Amino acid sequence: MIGARILLESLKKQGVEIIFGYPGGQVLPIFDQLYDFDVKFILTRHEQGAAHAADGYARATGKVGVCLATSGPGATNLVTGIATAYMDSIPMVAITGQVGTHLIGNDAFQEADVTGITRPITKHNFLVKDVKDLARTIAEAFYIASSGRPGPVLIDIPVDVQRAETEFIWPEKINIRSYQPTYSGHPGQIKKAAKLISTAKKPIIYAGGGVITSGAHLELKELAQKIQAPVTTTFMGLGSFSGTHKLFLGMLGMHGTAYANHAVMASDLIIAVGARFDDRVTGRLDDFAPGAKVIHIDIDPSSISKNIRVDVPIVGDAKNILKQLICEIKKLPDTAQWLKTTEGWKNKYPLTYKDDSAMIKPQYILQELWKLTRGQAIICTEVGQSQMWACQWYQYLTPRTFISSGGLGTMGFGFPAAMGAKLGFPEKEVFNIAGDGSIQMNIQELATCVANKINVKVLIFNNGFLGMVRQWQELFYKKRYSYTPITSPDYVLLAKSYGAVGMRVTKKSEVRAVLQKAIRTQNTVFIDFRIEPEENVYPMVPAGSAINKMIEGLA
Amino acid sequence: MRHTISVLVENKFGVLARIAGLFSARGYNIASLAVSETFDPQISYMTIVVEAKDEKVLEQIHKQLNKLIDVITVTDFTKKDHLDRELILAKINYAAKDKPKLEAIFEKFVGKIVHHKADTATVEAVGDEQQIKALLEELDKFGIKELVRTGKLAISN
Ligand SMILES: Cc1ncc(C[n+]2csc(CCOP(=O)(O)OP(=O)(O)O)c2C)c(N)n1
Repeated sequence: MIGARILLESLKKQGVEIIFGYPGGQVLPIFDQLYDFDVKFILTRHEQGAAHAADGYARATGKVGVCLATSGPGATNLVTGIATAYMDSIPMVAITGQVGTHLIGNDAFQEADVTGITRPITKHNFLVKDVKDLARTIAEAFYIASSGRPGPVLIDIPVDVQRAETEFIWPEKINIRSYQPTYSGHPGQIKKAAKLISTAKKPIIYAGGGVITSGAHLELKELAQKIQAPVTTTFMGLGSFSGTHKLFLGMLGMHGTAYANHAVMASDLIIAVGARFDDRVTGRLDDFAPGAKVIHIDIDPSSISKNIRVDVPIVGDAKNILKQLICEIKKLPDTAQWLKTTEGWKNKYPLTYKDDSAMIKPQYILQELWKLTRGQAIICTEVGQSQMWACQWYQYLTPRTFISSGGLGTMGFGFPAAMGAKLGFPEKEVFNIAGDGSIQMNIQELATCVANKINVKVLIFNNGFLGMVRQWQELFYKKRYSYTPITSPDYVLLAKSYGAVGMRVTKKSEVRAVLQKAIRTQNTVFIDFRIEPEENVYPMVPAGSAINKMIEGLA
Repeated sequence: MRHTISVLVENKFGVLARIAGLFSARGYNIASLAVSETFDPQISYMTIVVEAKDEKVLEQIHKQLNKLIDVITVTDFTKKDHLDRELILAKINYAAKDKPKLEAIFEKFVGKIVHHKADTATVEAVGDEQQIKALLEELDKFGIKELVRTGKLAISN
């Protein structure tokens, strides 16, 4: 069997149902095999779109996303997508063609040192120089991508290896001696954690993306209810705990709710699960939660004690550990008074906005979207203000319903990611919440959507600005709006020219009806919402401040 | 403070680049690095001397190294009973009359003159960090024209 065929047979063995990609000279043997191979292939209009689509598919389904590109420019176009997946620990396998082995290092046509370029943004990568190693390498790549703390893995395959013949031998078991992730938590540490919880007066659970990765949301709910502790999540953790649960405090951090930030700061015990205390969450580190002891559950030892001092570190899989922890807690803490306090903050500092203008407020669109979909939709986002509003004004009930680039903050992510999510869940409504800046970064994927009947609904929050940057300029650079006003094409005509449906909304009174119409439409829909141009995202913690020193905006 | 770390890695394509890349990307300073195959040709052994301003940085270096897929084990020798050695080659100014002086030095240190010309001598020496430091001070009295060193090698006791 030739290498190209071995690749596809191996992907099949791995259960891959869909590949996103783009052809080119150094992947011709693979595309020749794809021609009549039984796998769904989505031809995107840009390799970046393929990487984000694979990523969105992975985030929505929990399976490994797969993308494929040619050498040189095809591979470098994947780079932003790979880095995006890396920062958010998303399982992905990226396959790239490479120039023939005899040409590597010769600055051959369309040669790029792709393993070199992607080394710092992949969990691991491989250059396959011998076709005999190919099947095993693919098996290892999937294993590495999806186990432990997941992440993208790249496999670079020279074109002569794709053409070379060997017997196809699929390794049924993979064991990598130098890679043995820890899944079960240390029982002694779990006991210690249980003790701390029993004696806490003001405990708070701080949940991150790790809860979603590990599928620990039910255990998280059980723990929270058992010990009656309020729950806040990170951006990546949205959906790990129901947004309508009475113990839920919303997201914390820079654009988190005031009550979540106050609660974390006043707590005496932080139970961190699958979260990493990054700078958008902690604000000024020296001032972060001064009275709190910290229990930190994470599968990645390097996340623990990286930013803050931890009292009880527990390395392992969140689901396993939470299960044991729940059993281990014998005496329940008394949190009645504490819950009264956090409830008080909820009432005193609710999320709000001024609904005072004739213009459409972005928050209002999300409120209406919530009323129409009740958390049953998948919400993808681009980056910027619209993204933050989507965190604040839509309640996520279950994991994998909020899909957004957190760690890297990649504009242009949302639209292709929404395609991937929709292909993973064709029966679900998938929306992309987009700014007018971001949507223009991968807008070419409209063609992919229409060609493949991927009916995602793109809600463009068109404020005529690169809004989030403008907000910083307004607040910290004396309103000098340097290159943040931005023009757009006519989205209605644009959508139409691609064969999709475009709509425009300029009045608040039309928002609901247009959303309903979009949901009914069996096509890709772009809605151009003309929103209040200078609306800001509040609350906001200025960079480098303590997280309870928020700018409220409404005072 | 300087710490000596040993890293056992799979002897695979690009592994040195992964280790070096980790140090540069995270802003850790490598003072010296020695790499070679072990008796098992599939495994390489690296001895890395790093500059870490505190325990926290050292802990991160340790954890980040462990996170690399090709890394088998990481050992921090700072608090471990171990031996370390370095080999140096130095070219120094030399005249025939200096010979007794130089030989006297090598009664105190492990090393010898391996080559000499009319005006220069090349010496080799082995020792731990302190010994090498002391020796270099002695040799510098002659004038060191060129110096190469392997970087530290370490092994646990
Ligand atoms: C690829 C990329 N380039 C630049 C940035 C910096 N950036 C962050 S938010 C933002 C503005 C986004 O504007 P828009 O998409 O219109 O959304 P809005 O904030 O107006 O909702 C920019 C430029 C980024 N995050 N990603």
